[in-house]
Amino acid sequence: MRTLGRAALWVVFGLFFLFPLYAMADFSTRNLIQGGRTGAAWANLFTDEALYQAIITSLLLSLLTVVAMLVVLVPTMIWVRLRTPWARGLVEFLCLLPLTIPALVIVVGLKNVYLWVTYLLGESALTLTFVYVVLVLPFAYRALDAALSAIDLQTLAEAARSLGAGWTTTIVRVVVPNIASGVLSAAFISVAVVLGEYTIASLSGFETLQVQIVLIGKSDGPTSVAASLAVLLFGFVLLLVLSLLSRRRRRT
Amino acid sequence: MTTGGSARSSTGVGVDLDDLTRVYGTVKALDGLTLHIEPGEFVALLGPSGCGKTTALRILAGLDEATSGTVSVGGRDVTSVPANKRDMGMVFQAYSLFPHLTALQNVEFGLKVRGRERAKRTARATEMLDLVGLSAHLNKYAAEMSGGQQQRVALARALAIQPSVLLLDEPLSALDAKVRTQLRDEIRRVQLEVGTTTVFVTHDQEEALAVADRVGVMSAGRLEQLAPPAQVYADPATPFVAEFVGLNNKVPADVASGRARLLGTEVATLDGSIASGAGTALLRPESVTVTADPAGTSTVKSVAFLGPISRVYVALVDGAVIDAQLSSAQARVFEPGAAVTVGVEQTRVLVVPG
Amino acid sequence: MLFRRLRDSIPLLPFFAVVAIFLIVPTVTVLIGAVYDEGGFSLARVQALFTETALSALSKSVLLSGSTALLGAIFGALLAWLIVTRPPESLVRRTVLSLCSVLAQFGGVALAFAFLATIGLNGVLTLWVQEYLGANLAGSGWLYGLPGLILVYTYFQIPLMVIVFLPALEGLREQWREAAISLGASTWQYWREVAVPLLTPAFLGSALLLFANAFAAYATAAALVSQGSPIVPLLIRSALTSEVVLGQSGFAYALALEMIVVVAVVMVAYNLLVRRTARWLR
Repeated sequence: MRTLGRAALWVVFGLFFLFPLYAMADFSTRNLIQGGRTGAAWANLFTDEALYQAIITSLLLSLLTVVAMLVVLVPTMIWVRLRTPWARGLVEFLCLLPLTIPALVIVVGLKNVYLWVTYLLGESALTLTFVYVVLVLPFAYRALDAALSAIDLQTLAEAARSLGAGWTTTIVRVVVPNIASGVLSAAFISVAVVLGEYTIASLSGFETLQVQIVLIGKSDGPTSVAASLAVLLFGFVLLLVLSLLSRRRRRT
Repeated sequence: MTTGGSARSSTGVGVDLDDLTRVYGTVKALDGLTLHIEPGEFVALLGPSGCGKTTALRILAGLDEATSGTVSVGGRDVTSVPANKRDMGMVFQAYSLFPHLTALQNVEFGLKVRGRERAKRTARATEMLDLVGLSAHLNKYAAEMSGGQQQRVALARALAIQPSVLLLDEPLSALDAKVRTQLRDEIRRVQLEVGTTTVFVTHDQEEALAVADRVGVMSAGRLEQLAPPAQVYADPATPFVAEFVGLNNKVPADVASGRARLLGTEVATLDGSIASGAGTALLRPESVTVTADPAGTSTVKSVAFLGPISRVYVALVDGAVIDAQLSSAQARVFEPGAAVTVGVEQTRVLVVPG
Repeated sequence: MLFRRLRDSIPLLPFFAVVAIFLIVPTVTVLIGAVYDEGGFSLARVQALFTETALSALSKSVLLSGSTALLGAIFGALLAWLIVTRPPESLVRRTVLSLCSVLAQFGGVALAFAFLATIGLNGVLTLWVQEYLGANLAGSGWLYGLPGLILVYTYFQIPLMVIVFLPALEGLREQWREAAISLGASTWQYWREVAVPLLTPAFLGSALLLFANAFAAYATAAALVSQGSPIVPLLIRSALTSEVVLGQSGFAYALALEMIVVVAVVMVAYNLLVRRTARWLR
């Protein structure tokens, strides 16, 4: 009896959540003129110049953000644990602060900062990297913190240093391989955040993927829906792969 | 701690497990377990991980269902009675105290769900906490107590409802060694005072031998032997029991007409030994004698000082090392490399094939 | 001592710099901008928060956040319970959790389009209902107003609840249930005396998190609602992009301040509740 009720609940939830996704697939492949299916909207992902550019921009942006995040955060977290433990509370607070300060608020106050940024680095959308690093801090911090807590960092670092390794070597060749799962987790989640980010990009006037999707949506529904579904599926696959990888790692 | 059979309280009830089998897919956790427990008796179920002792306990508690067989308490068949109606008190290995309740409220829990009046509940709970020596900790939460204290509260909680049977699932395994010894004696003391029939599951043989009226040694879902501790130790019924309980040396022996010849001596065999031919004798360290002998063929390898006793490791002529237990005063004379002769005291040994 | 600490902190500079420039400075800019205008310290901008437009947007934001937090909390807790009863390594569980992650945190714009495709004017469901039941599901375009926002927000609030609440459910040890049962409690009594008291702080805390999440959300609303500013985030959008009235960007500062205050208060309450739970349900 209980199993029946549970199964029914699964079905209800399944319908509620999967139906809109199915609708997206249906909507984006509908041939409005002749009826039947067409891949035209999906083809636009590659053929529509503006959209294609936006996709490339966003992918580049996510790559840059991951690299920047790792370069800034990994050494910082290691250093805090090893040399400046008194700063740990502060670093954790700052990393979780973006959860409390809405992206909308950041973008409102970003104008002055961005005057300098565009002056120094130009007007490319890739300058969003720095802000995005801030946005992904909470997620990346949690993933890296969990991984760092699972190893004996002190001993590893001391062993490496006593064998003559400098700090860079220690971090890159000794510590990072041991927190690989945390690094991967932080990276994947960061990619998902950047690909889905709209607030700051749109209100700052940059044309990333999400901005472009909304822009196109006003005139070409199916293409926007196709692009949205593509992003959702991509993000889903990323996170599912991450979840399966972390299971495998736990076994070893 | 033994009681002497007649001192058992009459407040307890008898427990019968009859041909219990429990199968999970292809794994047989219990294979026809049959066990009778006297009213007021303290029985320890002893065995390695996976032997089925916890499964048996959980089936008795009603937290698990047997594939076949019956469970009877006080003569009544309770096999299909749900766990919350079985009137048993259970102490788990760890973390079973409700974290959001104080010690007092935890102990009152069983009484609360039975609808007892508040004043009576509190009085009884206070009495129980006093019985386990925690009167000063009534209003503490689990997080504020040590592991030993938590288990005492768990014991008080289980006894507060005056259960017909008390079940303990490795209650000491998660505790420090010293606390373990203190608490096991405490549990026995309380049990003797209250007189409840008790089943205690453990993988630690010292624990089982120290507190139980009878010890049930289990292996692979079956009961190997159920007997008072001294008997299980001195008269093991099967090779498994002989090997699991206490330490053993494995020495080649020859059996003929109820006598075994080993280490140059002849001793009687235990029931269950092979009837004749060559086999391996299971010899306890305290039954091995070591004598200084310049002409001896055995050599002392090392001596481990353990306080009142010492272990002397001796290499025999064929290279095998046996372990002899001597009082430290006797062992003092032996240096590594000394030539000695080993022998066997007059005791009965179990000789197994191989 | 202080000198040594400062010297040891040098490797931490890149991190502090990024956080300072791209998080602290904008926030402080907002805080200051809300109480300073061209003429110096002034509460004029803050006062604008009490105009009818602003108050109406605030009340609608609160309504949106509150209702979706409640719906998300209840159904999310239910879904989380369904998930937790499945074995931890099961594929179903991992798939569902990955989907929840995507929908909850990274789906903003995409979800707007998902519902457009479902119950928009040409949505799949709209057309089905029209064809088989002859009713107009999209109606007057309710998807693009507050009711639509409530529906779409709930769609990502439920998965967020699952992610935030699942650890609490997992922290509910099986020993407690077994102990309760062996002491004579019925399932109902176990829930009432043990499970519910233990889960309540986590449940309420998660609901608060959902509230803050909805209040601060922008992308979905921006994608769905192209005209009008029914809620605070959209009011900020119009203040930033408006070319009409002078001092509108100042208004944005005040609104952003309002948003910080609301979210901060809720998050502080969340932290207080969650700290209590962490002790019990580790």
